[in-house]
Amino acid sequence: MYHRFDAVIVGAGGAGLMAAAQLAGKCSVAVISKLYPVRSHTGAAQGGIAAALGNVEEDHWIWHMFDTVKGGDYLVDQDAAEVLAREAIDAIIELEHWGFPFNRLPDGRLDQRRFGGHTRNFGEGPVRRACYAADRTGHMILQTLYQQSIKNQVVFFDEFMVLDLLLTENGVCTGVVALDIATGELHLFHAKAVLLATGGYGRVFKVTSNALSLTGDGVAIVFRRGLPLEDMEFYQFHPTGIYKMGILLSEACRGEGGILRNGLGERFMERYAPTLLDLAPRDVVSRSIYLEIREGRGVEGKDYVYLDLTHLPREVIETKLADNTDFVRTYLGLDPVTDPIPIQPTAHYAMGGIPTDVDGRVTVDAQNTPVPGLYAAGECACVSVHGANRLGTNSLVDLVVFGRRAGRHILQFVQENELHPLPKEPDYQARAEIEWLLESDGDEKVATIRAELQEAMMADVSVFRTGDGLRRARQKLGELRNRYTRIGIDDRGRTFNTDLIEAIELGYLLDCAEAIVACALAREESRGAHYREDFPQRDDVNWLKHTLVTRTSGGLELSYKPVVITRFQPKERTY
Amino acid sequence: MQVTLRIQRFNPDTDTKPYYREYAVEVEPTDRVLDALNQVKWYQDGSLTYRRSCAHGICGSDAMRINGRNRLACKVLIKELGSKITVEPLLGFRVIKDLVVDLEPFFDQYRTVMPYLINDEPPPARERLQTPEERELIEDTSKCILCACCTAACPIFWTTEWLGPAAIVNGHRFLFDSRDRATEERLAVLNQRFGVWRCRTIFNCTEACPRGIQVTRAIEQVKRRILFEQG
Repeated sequence: MYHRFDAVIVGAGGAGLMAAAQLAGKCSVAVISKLYPVRSHTGAAQGGIAAALGNVEEDHWIWHMFDTVKGGDYLVDQDAAEVLAREAIDAIIELEHWGFPFNRLPDGRLDQRRFGGHTRNFGEGPVRRACYAADRTGHMILQTLYQQSIKNQVVFFDEFMVLDLLLTENGVCTGVVALDIATGELHLFHAKAVLLATGGYGRVFKVTSNALSLTGDGVAIVFRRGLPLEDMEFYQFHPTGIYKMGILLSEACRGEGGILRNGLGERFMERYAPTLLDLAPRDVVSRSIYLEIREGRGVEGKDYVYLDLTHLPREVIETKLADNTDFVRTYLGLDPVTDPIPIQPTAHYAMGGIPTDVDGRVTVDAQNTPVPGLYAAGECACVSVHGANRLGTNSLVDLVVFGRRAGRHILQFVQENELHPLPKEPDYQARAEIEWLLESDGDEKVATIRAELQEAMMADVSVFRTGDGLRRARQKLGELRNRYTRIGIDDRGRTFNTDLIEAIELGYLLDCAEAIVACALAREESRGAHYREDFPQRDDVNWLKHTLVTRTSGGLELSYKPVVITRFQPKERTY
Repeated sequence: MQVTLRIQRFNPDTDTKPYYREYAVEVEPTDRVLDALNQVKWYQDGSLTYRRSCAHGICGSDAMRINGRNRLACKVLIKELGSKITVEPLLGFRVIKDLVVDLEPFFDQYRTVMPYLINDEPPPARERLQTPEERELIEDTSKCILCACCTAACPIFWTTEWLGPAAIVNGHRFLFDSRDRATEERLAVLNQRFGVWRCRTIFNCTEACPRGIQVTRAIEQVKRRILFEQG
């Protein structure tokens, strides 16, 4: 089926819906989403959204900008970080005006809480910068934005999965191909502008906070079309995932006063971050947890430590951390009021992704040359405001600030540009992939290959990395790629074929994993979340630059682009 | 431990009516029902079809009937259920395939309550003020994840056309928001023949809500508000 719109947004999380809010009623726009919009993973974000409102104590956007730059270990593009910190304030006020039910101060203004790496006066100590709604801030962002979409009568294509990106011979984006999951029918979306807002790819790792649906769909289709990805080696592990399950326990637990303790009961962050302690950035805390475990100070000598909230008032735990309390009671059968909680780092957030400028335009090289008509925002994009390590709450800030900027730029773009014709046989590639998978009858199982992929990535590409480990992972991925050509699926029907969906998603995961490993192997230094045991120091002389990885007929090719440095020269990073 | 999953199956392309199929799976007592379903789908029968995403009770995708009760499959552990587990699609909606139901009518009802803040006054430069006490009035109902567990548990919904608990919860969320200015229009929607008065306070909705929302209480608060505003 053929559709024509001015703009098509792929993904209905925070970034996609924020962009839709800018476009609805002003041009023809459709949102394509693999899930019902309210199922998007923005809804799983918990602790808060930062903006230097200064409602509780003195704060300034430039402090927020500095924390973002330092948190990202100076790989952050500082022009983008300035936009993030400045526009966060206005974006949060806009959310409030749209009805977002923020927690309040007694005088009726928005309350703010502490979060990791957010400091006053360039690192002196923690500052209360994160606005929040209990511990379901992301849920309320998703709901508020979906509510606006209903109000604005946005056109949705729910449960449509994106399969391919359409580019003309001259490299102009003209639309996407998507699968209607309910019917198995392919749909062509012909548009002047496409925004990819498909979220992350945490499912490349075994232990992750990410939804099962987070398989890097948008990132992979861009990569397959020969466009570069940026900084794929930087993947964040959140310190506090529920042991073995990976379910996220919010950094707000520590923002409200929670403490990490090892098997000896020690507050071990005193050793690694004497100023910010448990509220050091996530890369620092996750590494510290693993170091404790390695040195035999995990709980009972095992591979976990405790998140201890037992000294906090019951009321704080049950009201400000209500969902976290529910998770712990449901999945562990423990009560955070009286029991310490077993946690381990969990794969959480991709700093890297599709390279964009500050208006969401997808760019292809070191000069930031844009692809006309193609945009990306949210976790699938790399602006880069998170650099080598994202600060807590900045993902939600990223969504609303850059989702909004992308939407506004798209509006201008579709008003000034004509619709380009589609390439010949636009759905050829997508159709071929679907037909191949539906007829596949090999003896390899999607679930088995996926599990081996996740194991390999967890073992050798997670918090600690080495050249040997990365080469081992690369070889394993090559083997899995080969076996993927010999899979067989059980369901050959057209109606709601989730067997087919999972097979397509595995292809996307393989693409993402290969890109991560190639970039990580090349980067011979340690910076932010990318820690090479064989190169434990940050190396600004050789590596203060972004990685670009492109798939060519000869394999993966790496190139680099400079980091934008405006206000803050790189310094040693201590907390 | 080994458990037997008895799952209602239906593929519209090949079946004329639903049937049950049993699967034996090896699971831990602390596993979720969703883990058991995944075991079946990934290693025994890839054609088994259900929705799922976040796997920890936040996205609302995997609402289904588990041993007769509406639950999220990712929020109920095997040890609660014993070794024989029956899994069926939500009642009251058309089955698309296996455990997947057509939720369009559910979202249609949601849209009828105008689920968005209405306030045409020019906004201030900063946030609108709202006291913690005013905010507390919408704490419970703003937790809704639109999973449909409550609406699909309501016997009135099974037999009669009406808004259903989830839509009313979302109506409540804005009706009781001190920043909203559309009280009259909201009450008109909730007061109509298909509105709150069809509720018979059976409490199935409250029992079914995986977010612990006091759904029946919210419906009663809306009823009272209508009476007070009319009086």
